[in-house]
Amino acid sequence: MYAYDTLDQTFVEQRTAQFREQVRRRLANELSEDEFKPLRLRNGLYLQLHAYMLRVAIPYGLLSADQLRALARIARRYDRGYGHFTTRQNIQFNWIRLEDAPDILNDLAAAEMHAVQTSGNCIRNITTDQFAGVAADEIDDPRPWAEIIRQWSTNHPEFSFLPRKFKVAVTGSASDRSAMRVHDIGVRLTRGIDGEIGFEIWVGGGLGRTPMIAQLLRGFLPKEHLLGYLEAILRVYNVEGRRDNLYKSRIKILVSALGIEKFRELVEAEWNQITDPGLQLGDAEISRVRAHFRPPQYADLPGRSPEFEAKRLEDAAFARWAKANLFPHERPGYAAVTISLKPIGGVPGDLTAAQMEAVASLADAYSFSEIRVTHRQNLVLAHVPQHRLYDLWRALDALDLATPNLSRVTDIIACPGLDYCGLATARSIPIAQRLSERLAALDEQYDLDQLTINISGCVNSCSHHHVGHIGILGLEKGGAESYQITLGGSSAEDVAVGRIVGPGFGAVDVVDAVETILITYLGQREDGERFLDTVRRVGQDPFRDALYKQP
Amino acid sequence: MQIIRLIAGQPVTDIDVWARIGDDDPLPESAPALVSLARWQSAGAGLARRNVAVGVWLASDEVLDGLISDLERLDLIALDFPNLNDGRHFTTARLLRERHGFRGEIRATGQVLRDQLFAMARCGFDSFELQAHQDTAAAHEAFSEISVVFQPAADGRAAAQAIRAGGAGAHASAS
Amino acid sequence: MPKRVITANRLVDGAVVWRDGAGRWREEIDHAAASDDDETVARMLAGARTDEAAGVVIGPYEVEVEQAAVSRKLLPTHLRERIRAGGPTVVPN
Repeated sequence: MYAYDTLDQTFVEQRTAQFREQVRRRLANELSEDEFKPLRLRNGLYLQLHAYMLRVAIPYGLLSADQLRALARIARRYDRGYGHFTTRQNIQFNWIRLEDAPDILNDLAAAEMHAVQTSGNCIRNITTDQFAGVAADEIDDPRPWAEIIRQWSTNHPEFSFLPRKFKVAVTGSASDRSAMRVHDIGVRLTRGIDGEIGFEIWVGGGLGRTPMIAQLLRGFLPKEHLLGYLEAILRVYNVEGRRDNLYKSRIKILVSALGIEKFRELVEAEWNQITDPGLQLGDAEISRVRAHFRPPQYADLPGRSPEFEAKRLEDAAFARWAKANLFPHERPGYAAVTISLKPIGGVPGDLTAAQMEAVASLADAYSFSEIRVTHRQNLVLAHVPQHRLYDLWRALDALDLATPNLSRVTDIIACPGLDYCGLATARSIPIAQRLSERLAALDEQYDLDQLTINISGCVNSCSHHHVGHIGILGLEKGGAESYQITLGGSSAEDVAVGRIVGPGFGAVDVVDAVETILITYLGQREDGERFLDTVRRVGQDPFRDALYKQP
Repeated sequence: MQIIRLIAGQPVTDIDVWARIGDDDPLPESAPALVSLARWQSAGAGLARRNVAVGVWLASDEVLDGLISDLERLDLIALDFPNLNDGRHFTTARLLRERHGFRGEIRATGQVLRDQLFAMARCGFDSFELQAHQDTAAAHEAFSEISVVFQPAADGRAAAQAIRAGGAGAHASAS
Repeated sequence: MPKRVITANRLVDGAVVWRDGAGRWREEIDHAAASDDDETVARMLAGARTDEAAGVVIGPYEVEVEQAAVSRKLLPTHLRERIRAGGPTVVPN
């Protein structure tokens, strides 16, 4: 993975020193909250319901075992012993003191980490596919490109005060495992006519109050022009994006208002005038960055492991986990393992300091000391030899990290919601917990695979509920929590925004409502089709009738 | 009013010699005059004939289009920041420097916080009106707090990428 | 008029705090000064705003509360404020 050189290290240390001074001025009342707020946001520090929250950047979700240990130390020393992984592959600490923030950033810098640009109206974490570098369907590893974009966007002087936040995702294959189509800019690796690497550039996707799907801005961008083209898009947005209305200031609104053709005209006109050779990506730089992402020293293994096969027959629990949580690796004999952070009845996406340290050790032992964070709030050990999977599973099981539910109905994505977040209108975690408990048995009996439930505690939709197969949006109605259900969303390459099924449900009834939806699905499903396909085939009516029609 | 100016890249506190003139007010005889874009566009030729320096200020939603052909006649362009979130003129300054080769003074006015000075300087601003309550001397430090940059901008500083490649500008390393 | 208390977040650690009768900021809502008189509440809020300007707290505002008859415990009427007063309703894993 990317290793800092003196330049990178100097930057995070100077940035930390700069923020330390800003905190000192705030605590000495030399800065008002209005003046300080954009500064602390730019360093990932929010003020939430109960305390400050620090969002630490995990660039494109990639962590070393040492970095995960550093996060564990921070959780222990400065927080309440746990952290929360987010839908943008970052980690959040919920109980931070402002006066500790500079020391925390110091500790992060020592581990080549930071909280730069994880909030504020600037370019945020560049996210990608959790199976980058190991997926067989990849055209090219997206991570070097994500790293190149990350560097260019770091402390960009022109784009630090954008109309609104800006999110970029990079995907390396036709399968979209990074929700690329609902980002402000989506970059998809592709090949040109001569077989050379280049990019599709998508623009104007986003969730929140007005979900929109990104449109194709350019079908093929040669690789050397990546940064120049992105600069052109950001410049047009910085100048033309609306600043009069908080809810209309994302680039998706601008693209929608102008239309993609007019928007493209503006971008291409600007791009044609960008001639700075410093923005051109030379082969030397591309090679330099790629060198940080070379595959690990894989062993030469047979495609199938007799030990693995034998254990699967022997141990039913292991077999269940192997069926759900493994992703085929492009190297024979290896597998990418998903560590589910969704224990039945637990808080989705959380990990204790002790668990972090244990996972770090497992990464050392089983996966070349590398861990990935997925945008579904799980972790991945991407390079595990098949014949060692059983031992790994036993170790994970002892840590309560072996729930066999990747992409299944209990693999719920939930934002922190009203229990933690100052923006929320309803709680999400308790709903996720109750749903998980209720549906675990149903899943076991009826096989509820390829079924995601996303629960957001407000319209900002941090859990991406608009693109959940079942989306739940928690609002406030007459002083009580009211949950609106959407069906048929998808964040994959068959991207779609879910449709509201009907009036909302109270906290007491929403779990029953979801169960009713699933039972309706089971009654309608043909040939074991997944939930999304059933909804697309039969429409909303059967579900609406089951939920609302008086018998 | 005290302003900060960058002279050979170094911050210096200076006295402001410019007078901002209202649209209906007469121009001073011998003091540098800063007028609105609207006034320049209606009286530009007349203003340029004076022997004293003339400048134009742009509100945050005003753009350069009407000014490009007149840049040679301007000694100062002042770009206004009405609040801490409006970043449009970071682009305006860069375009002035990098695309249109403007060599006069580019000044940041309005809600200018010391914490924005570094980014502003990188975008081509070379003078800054800080608000009254800010410590001008301490603000000088803001220009040198960060010595590593990751992208080219108007200041011509070598980005990390270029330094690593040992290419053009690499000699102008982290300074 | 319903009873109201004044709340804010403490600057140094972001903790939820409640203004008591002596103008001090307390961590437990039970120590908060409650009043149903508009003028009193306005005065309490003005005092809180002075503390904000002095860099003690951030963003003070009024919260409507009910007072239990026997225990005299203060309970915010709004769910969001009940969670601020009582902490998250979920237990970490």
